[in-house]
Amino acid sequence: MSDKNIKVRGIATLVIVAIALFFLIPSVTQKLPSVWKDHTDKIHLGLDLQGGMHLVMEVETEKAVESAMERISNDLKETLMEERVRFKHLDREGGAVVTLELPDKESRTRFEKILKNDFPNLDIKSSETTNGIEKVYLKIKDKQVASIEKFALEQSLETIRNRVDEFGVSEPEIIPQGKDRILIQLPGIKDPQRAINLIGKTALLEFKMLDEEHSVDEALRGDVPSGDIIAYGYKVGSETGQRTKIPYLLKRKTLLTGESLEDARVSISNRFGESYVSLKFDSQGARDFERITAQNVKKRLAIVLDGVVHSAPVIQERISGGNAQITGNFTMDEAHDLAIVLRAGALPAPVRILEQRTVGPSLGQDSIDKGILSIIVGSILVILFMVMYYNLSGIVADIALSLNIILILGALAAFKATLTLPGIAGIVLTIGMAVDANVLIFERIREELRLGKSPRAAIAGGFSKALLTIVDANVTTLIAALVLFQFGTGPIKGFAVTLSIGIICSMFTAIFVTRIIYDYFVWDRNIKRVSI
Amino acid sequence: MEIIRPGINIDLIGKMKIAAAASLLVVIISILSLILHGGPNLGIDFAGGTLVQIKFSQETSADRIRDSLKTIDLGNSVIQRFGYHDNNEFLIKTEKSSSALKGLSNKIEEALNSSYSNGDFEIRRVEVVGPKVGKDLREKGMLAMLYAVIGILIYVTWRFELRYAVGAVIALLHDVLITVGIFSLLGKEFTLPIIAALLTIIGYSLNDTIVVFDRIRENIKGTRKQPLKDIVNSSINQVMSRTVLTSFTTLLVVLALFIFGGAVIHDFAFALLIGILIGTYSSIFIASPTILVWESVIPSKEKRGK
Repeated sequence: MSDKNIKVRGIATLVIVAIALFFLIPSVTQKLPSVWKDHTDKIHLGLDLQGGMHLVMEVETEKAVESAMERISNDLKETLMEERVRFKHLDREGGAVVTLELPDKESRTRFEKILKNDFPNLDIKSSETTNGIEKVYLKIKDKQVASIEKFALEQSLETIRNRVDEFGVSEPEIIPQGKDRILIQLPGIKDPQRAINLIGKTALLEFKMLDEEHSVDEALRGDVPSGDIIAYGYKVGSETGQRTKIPYLLKRKTLLTGESLEDARVSISNRFGESYVSLKFDSQGARDFERITAQNVKKRLAIVLDGVVHSAPVIQERISGGNAQITGNFTMDEAHDLAIVLRAGALPAPVRILEQRTVGPSLGQDSIDKGILSIIVGSILVILFMVMYYNLSGIVADIALSLNIILILGALAAFKATLTLPGIAGIVLTIGMAVDANVLIFERIREELRLGKSPRAAIAGGFSKALLTIVDANVTTLIAALVLFQFGTGPIKGFAVTLSIGIICSMFTAIFVTRIIYDYFVWDRNIKRVSI
Repeated sequence: MEIIRPGINIDLIGKMKIAAAASLLVVIISILSLILHGGPNLGIDFAGGTLVQIKFSQETSADRIRDSLKTIDLGNSVIQRFGYHDNNEFLIKTEKSSSALKGLSNKIEEALNSSYSNGDFEIRRVEVVGPKVGKDLREKGMLAMLYAVIGILIYVTWRFELRYAVGAVIALLHDVLITVGIFSLLGKEFTLPIIAALLTIIGYSLNDTIVVFDRIRENIKGTRKQPLKDIVNSSINQVMSRTVLTSFTTLLVVLALFIFGGAVIHDFAFALLIGILIGTYSSIFIASPTILVWESVIPSKEKRGK
């Protein structure tokens, strides 16, 4: 091995360390030229270290299919009536199946023709004949169901992104997971419950007429007029603060939905200082609203949000211009958030929280402090022990170990990997295991020396014999780490990342870097003794 | 400095039977403990449920917390101190995670506000895991272990021979079973980080085992006359120094993590601590002897002196 070879290897090492430092330093200090800062990033901290919320939500896509079926069955009913096909009991049977009864063969033939021509997305699931009456079960075609579900997930994702953006969270992460799940990471969130309410609200806004011809009390007793539904609103006593539930009898038909909105803003009423949300319809919505109000003067229009009646004012006169408002005992925050969700639009299907993990900022800082303390104490113990045990060679190993830590942190910053609390544990563990490669080499060198070999031959033999062992031993650990990476979420992934990077870096420093140091001291010098 | 004398030659293989009996006993105790406890004590990550971590600025007790929370229906719940005594941190765990508990941390905050003055406590962590996710994670965790073991089997078979791979895997199962057993005996909970710890133990124990195997393979190539038993024994002795040293440095850092790493990571560090000790033991007393047992059942083609 020549002198030049050592130089080349030395320079290669310095370049690698310089690159690691280039990426690492911005995480330590911010006082850097902007050219440097613009091209690098601080080490990204996981939610468990910087505080924040991790949410996994499930989109109830089957609900989106059900509401699609509801719409289709309404169309079907109208079409059949227009075409004068005789049918009875067209109903949605729980879930996404619609049944109807056809009195004779002729209606059945005509029905099937209409189905084939106008409703290509519907399939006859099954049918049965009793006393000449044919009962038909309809379902949406599987392919169509799949596309509705896919669309529901995509649209939910989009809507939640909009809501979070408007709410103002820095660096949120919102990604789909599997067929019907959404993973949401919100760093540094202060009020987790408020964020959950904001994200999880379906925000389906509907305008429905009150049925004032029938009595609510009778409906409550179980005699709900056909085409009507019962919905509830809440009234908060101004002095007692008690919430009372008020039933309303509404026409089932929805006249207008939040889809027709162009804008929603928080406003404060002059008289009472109450917050309310003012709505602005788009041009089509404004025309519809004007028509609806014109047709229903002196009647009551209910504003229903996610099935809850917010208010049911009497229409005094035709309203043109397309403005409306939702009132109802909001706090300023609630009104603000409601405006956001209405602007961002309704979710196509309700979402459910499957998993929620929130870490407060103080706990995160605690974890960082304790993690760093563990790294420092662990490193010092290992460094001291190596010097005690291997003398000067121990110092060589310690240099490798220090470089190793710099490389791991540099790699974390360069690859924009996320450092988590288990990730810190991974670094600590790597520090303990990194010296293993050097221990293997040193023990081999000692053995060779005991056999009476010269220092140079002993060093060469020690390195070459230990090399395969080191690679084999590390690859197996790497396999475990990679499996962990596949399996893990958030923090655990962070552990797999630091462990993997640590293993690779430690092989480099222990095999490559320490060898350079030995070669430098042994080459061209007539060394009699190795301090090991 | 030397801890293990060079040229040491303890008859470890001679103690194989005692070691095997001891290991078997501990494994049986572990399995019994698991059976008696109805499986491992699953934390909310796997069982589903809610966990709230609260730090109080003044001394308080679990009873007082429970008392002030009695207005909320927490279901089947546990309130326990978390971390060191002077930390005044507590965990509230419930089995429920359904929508009935929506906003549980807010409800807890309100209830605590009525009996502690505001600012005397801080909700530091809330985790809610639904039963569906718990089940998913349980399955994924088991699969991860399985994949890791299969991956290792393939790699070791490729680099060495099948009998080595079998030895390595038996040693791994031994380590994982005992660690799980100790957790069960101590009533400690199984959480996601513990699965990570178990996989790390698998990696670490294997690392140790491979070093021994490597030496055995090297020594087998060198000599044809010696019985396999002697080769295995002297190989273990030759790498003994390294085994002890590496375990020691790794224990040092894990101990640092255990003592200084904080309560959140305490059990994780504890699992690693046990795993490293057992992993070191198993690579000497379980993995290598398995090769011998395998050899006596299915002899390899090479003839060796008896």
